[in-house]
Amino acid sequence: MVSNEAHPLEVILYEGRHSHPLSAELRFSVMSGLLDRGYAVTRVMASPENSTAPTHHRLLVIADFGGESPRIEDAAGEIDLAARDISGLGGEEILELVENHRGDEGLEMNQPGQWKPWFPVIDYDRCTNCMQCLSFCLFDVYGVDDENKIQVQNNDNCKTNCPACSRVCPEVAIMFPKYAGGPINGDVVSDSDLEREKMKVDISSLLGGDIYSSLRRRSDDAKSRFSKERSPDKALSERKKCLIKLAGDGMIPADVLENLPSPQEIAERAEMAAAKAKSALAANQ
Amino acid sequence: MSETPVIYCRCAYANALPVEVKDGVLQNLCEASTPVQAVSDLCEMSARNDPRLAQIAEQAKKGPVKIAACYPRAVRWLFHAAGSPLPEENVEIVNLREQSVEDATRALTSS
Repeated sequence: MVSNEAHPLEVILYEGRHSHPLSAELRFSVMSGLLDRGYAVTRVMASPENSTAPTHHRLLVIADFGGESPRIEDAAGEIDLAARDISGLGGEEILELVENHRGDEGLEMNQPGQWKPWFPVIDYDRCTNCMQCLSFCLFDVYGVDDENKIQVQNNDNCKTNCPACSRVCPEVAIMFPKYAGGPINGDVVSDSDLEREKMKVDISSLLGGDIYSSLRRRSDDAKSRFSKERSPDKALSERKKCLIKLAGDGMIPADVLENLPSPQEIAERAEMAAAKAKSALAANQ
Repeated sequence: MSETPVIYCRCAYANALPVEVKDGVLQNLCEASTPVQAVSDLCEMSARNDPRLAQIAEQAKKGPVKIAACYPRAVRWLFHAAGSPLPEENVEIVNLREQSVEDATRALTSS
């Protein structure tokens, strides 16, 4: 289960007054080990009163205190502080100490491996609020704010490793920071990227909003490649073929295809998304 | 050696950063006297609207901050997505996806 709450515990690796500094090797071992388990770690070298450590409601201070953990408390009573002496311990033992402390306190937290943070991030310097992403996404990831500005509203609905909506965006304004290649990963957008993206919009429009719309108004869309479809099932079958081709090109993960909604759901969702986009566009005019 | 605080992102949830770079940079930071706030994954924090992102943004309004993570465009809009936009000034983002260990370390530890 992934929590959307703030991390319940932050670790302070304290190397200031009344403590002995760790070796660089042990420091790296502890910091990298804690980070790889999902903890945030701040290394504090100044005295606590002068430190720039972020305030957090629950902090575990670990340090080589020389054998005994001091009693520490937040004078303002706002932060739950605990201190643990790590003198003589190796990297793995220190990690175990932190994990045990979290367990003793009954604190659940997200950890790497449980979930991949995969969701679109909008570059508003590039976004023109055209609503293509909203129209395209089948999974209700996008919505509009009170001022009818496009925004990502349901991160958790996004299908891991699927960057399809970023292909739809004519301005290359949608990023997936965990994606391997640029400019989807946030790399600088070049002129050639813009040209390439325009071609993809043509493909995507066939697979996205236009197709969904064609389920409803095929006969009005003579230029659509699906205009001759006689049934929603056949249109969807064709759409799936195209999606599989895109999957083969590495643009859409296969498991997303396998978990597509039913034809009826697709039609309903497409209608809802198109209505939201249309309404937002009308409001912005 | 710089006293400018460094925010280091480990990208632990997806390993988009080259291991040798993120390890090498963290090793060098551990050998330096640079103050470091290390986080497991800025994307994961953005997804949860983690209040620490707001703290980092506030910190950057008061003085210079260096962020070791990935592409600057992605990092800036990740903060924005969490409702905590970074100020235009005071923030230097070092791209661990593109830069070498040496270049990234130099950028993070120089004044």
